[in-house]
Amino acid sequence: MSTETRKLDRVVIRFAGDSGDGMQLTGDRFTSEAAAFGNDLATQPNFPAEIRAPQGTLPGVSSFQLHFADYDILTPGDRPDVLVAMNPAALKANIGDLPKGGILIVNTDEFTKRNLTKVGYDADPLGDASLENFQVHKVAMATLTIGAVESTGLGKKDAERAKNMFALGLLSWMYHRPTEGTERFLREKFAKKPDIAEANVLAFRAGWNYGETTESFAVTYEVAPAKLNTGTYRQITGNTALAYGIVAAGQQSKLPVVLGTYPITPASDILHELSRHKNFGITTVQAEDEIAGIGIALGAAYGGALGVTSTSGPGVALKSETIGLAVMTELPLLVIDVQRGGPSTGLPTKTEQADLLQAMFGRNGESPVPIVAPQSPADCFDAALDAARIALKYRTPVLLLSDGAIANGSEPWMIPDVAELPDLTVEFATDPEGFEPYSRDPETLARPWAVPGTPGLQHRIGGLEKQHGSGNISYDPANHDFMVRLRQQKIDGIEVPDVVVDDPSGEARVLVVGWGSSYGPIGAAARRVRKLGMQVAHAHLRHLNPFPKNLGDVLARYDKVIVPEMNLGQLALLLRAKYLVDAVSYTKVQGLPFKAEELQDVLADVIKGVPA
Amino acid sequence: MTAIDLGLPGLSGVPTTDEKQTAKDYKSDQEVRWCPGCGDYVVLNAVQSFLPSLGLKRENIVFVSGIGCSSRFPYYMNTYGMHSIHGRAPAIATGLAVARPDLSVWVVTGDGDALSIGGNHLIHTLRRNVNLKILLFNNRIYGLTKGQYSPTSEEGKVTKSTPSGSLDHPFNPVSLALGAEASFIGRAVDSDRKGLTDVLRQAAEHRGSALVEIYQNCPIFNDGAFDVLKDADEAARRIINVVDGQPITFGREGEYCVVREGFGLAVAKAADVDSSEIVVHDATDLNLAFALSRLSAQDLSHTITGVFRRVDRATYDDSARAQVMEATAAKPADLGALLRGKDTWTVAG
Repeated sequence: MSTETRKLDRVVIRFAGDSGDGMQLTGDRFTSEAAAFGNDLATQPNFPAEIRAPQGTLPGVSSFQLHFADYDILTPGDRPDVLVAMNPAALKANIGDLPKGGILIVNTDEFTKRNLTKVGYDADPLGDASLENFQVHKVAMATLTIGAVESTGLGKKDAERAKNMFALGLLSWMYHRPTEGTERFLREKFAKKPDIAEANVLAFRAGWNYGETTESFAVTYEVAPAKLNTGTYRQITGNTALAYGIVAAGQQSKLPVVLGTYPITPASDILHELSRHKNFGITTVQAEDEIAGIGIALGAAYGGALGVTSTSGPGVALKSETIGLAVMTELPLLVIDVQRGGPSTGLPTKTEQADLLQAMFGRNGESPVPIVAPQSPADCFDAALDAARIALKYRTPVLLLSDGAIANGSEPWMIPDVAELPDLTVEFATDPEGFEPYSRDPETLARPWAVPGTPGLQHRIGGLEKQHGSGNISYDPANHDFMVRLRQQKIDGIEVPDVVVDDPSGEARVLVVGWGSSYGPIGAAARRVRKLGMQVAHAHLRHLNPFPKNLGDVLARYDKVIVPEMNLGQLALLLRAKYLVDAVSYTKVQGLPFKAEELQDVLADVIKGVPA
Repeated sequence: MTAIDLGLPGLSGVPTTDEKQTAKDYKSDQEVRWCPGCGDYVVLNAVQSFLPSLGLKRENIVFVSGIGCSSRFPYYMNTYGMHSIHGRAPAIATGLAVARPDLSVWVVTGDGDALSIGGNHLIHTLRRNVNLKILLFNNRIYGLTKGQYSPTSEEGKVTKSTPSGSLDHPFNPVSLALGAEASFIGRAVDSDRKGLTDVLRQAAEHRGSALVEIYQNCPIFNDGAFDVLKDADEAARRIINVVDGQPITFGREGEYCVVREGFGLAVAKAADVDSSEIVVHDATDLNLAFALSRLSAQDLSHTITGVFRRVDRATYDDSARAQVMEATAAKPADLGALLRGKDTWTVAG
């Protein structure tokens, strides 16, 4: 047969199935194939909070979206070009996102009357006209998989479980993906169960062959490698990059790392990752609760280690009092908040940026804390190093605000040269001559880090107000006023780089300001707006406290400032309060990242609204 | 059977000094500000007096406390110290102990701090057997907040917050610690300097978590709570000091003893029983320790002092360090290799 091959610059594929169908693994593998091929890519997993919601139901649908391209892309894509639906629930939950003319590949074996009824289909959508706007490919994936793996002698149930690899094989054929990596991966993953490994490889090949030999697919697609900057790349998720950033911070500061933490979605992977790297002098303590987690980190910091705690919003609430103690004792501490939907338990597996004000103000008293936010999965590495730099140099707890989208999303990362990483070495106090625990470095206002075991420096610290200099307990009104202002001044004076404005024409009159994971969608929307002949400037904040020194000037240069956030306007509130700028808030809290398309419309409207 | 000699002595890793130390060396320049007559003074003096005998470098000793009257303790010690937040001292001290094998780390806490707001950290610290010495000042009242009942106050306690009498059943701190399988549990009364010092020394030399409950009088809000243990005649009938390997007898002439009764223990007159029936204390026997902790209700009718339990068990911090050392020996810390991972691709210029 002759199959036509079309060249595309970018494709978005979404794999959707039951949470037990292995969709995350399937997506991961396709991502690795795209990475190995040299495409730029961005991914977005979306899964339920329940480990196994009832099979075949809408709440149990798990999906993985992958955007790959021959140029540098910024987001996992708004809508899929191709939707793979492994069951009726996955179809129902995702079909609304598939644009007209999109490719739909369906596993027909699951479209039984019972499964259809379970999700509220009165009639089989594969049998009526409801899908006529799409290019539908009906494939009996389970049946074909069972047939393909017969030689392994596996039971029907085990055999059928390899159907996700059938889907992967089919898609790999459609998009001319390299396959060696996946076969090697499967053999390694199931090394202890060779028959399962064999079944998965056979299913994967069967999917590929199905595409090649049946007549149903007339077109395949090619997406050329992207022209990325010269260097060596790997694929990385935000949580892994963040964990690596902590490993690097330990190495660059020459300090042991102690992570005190408590499992919580979506931050647990940081604990999992760091617990595997003890050879870098990393100790991980899974504590009895969130409070003990940060207590252990602070105790270790008091002893001269790089103390780290990782959590999500509900955990930050519990840790607040200890963060206050770290503010008062002025010890370095890294507090990682991988934000999720709130309030309370909220949406554990979904993303949100609504902890900014908690990070900023969520403690008793005047308790300023620096805040750093990564803008993409790979950027978590640099952000973690930067947060550690601030903590160590200024002797302060630092809040690092990642979020669910960054934590689980992945993208290519140009592997940094270790020799180029910043030097984070610190000096402990050692000289008893004139030693005072609350004396100040004139430049940074940091107090000395005098760790137990240092002869002659015995002193006592704690949560009570300190006398400037001596560090003795002080209830003196003037001293308290002085110390409150001093702690604030120390944080305000932290050196952070100027914010860089992306405005290629230099003629924009509208500025869009974002922070954290909205970097991708805002950046992509700005590109689209510019393609339409309009001008917009984009400033993205890594440092939320203190703000970059040039931010006020930047804001003042534009006629209009718009701030999109996945909360109800928390950054906008801070900008309005600090700079008296009439920032317009655009907010959305659906637990999902912004779509570039919607932000494009928002930006275009604002630009059009600015009088000539 | 006596407690097993520990392979790793309690203070192994903490540097010692030949310099002669005195109690005065351990007094800080801060004025002690407990109420006159507070039992805390006695404990402070006992600790300052006994520490020199350990021969440790002073800078390698750290006191970490929570919140409450007793938690002011670190300010008065000329060592390193942290007065932290309510209930969290065991967690903070755990981090310090994990990070620093060369420190002797002490936690000072009270009945409210350790058993109410910080109850969770206490039991988990004991369960993990972190190398910490925990001094639990039990005065059965909230002092710093001016006189509310505590989790060790007797039922029906009339206080500012319970004018009709408290409804809570109190904790038995020793039973609780045994439930968490604490590897060392001792008890002393503040007024018994010798007994207190003896328990403190054994605690200091124990590798692992050592909980020492100290009955301590609050002269302002719960005065006389332990008076029956301070009257010589009463004390003779009530206090049962246990020593590992010794038959458990008490009274002025040793005229009383402890015998087995059912699954528990009972008090008998030594003259009424055969000497073979007198229970010999075995600090490694968890069930015996538990039965001792429940010999009487907490009405002080019979009060065990000394060391209930002392067993050798791997400590969390030693084990955590061993894992790190093992990993370090097995695999060099190659950051570049870690960052590269397994699957990379190169974009040529």
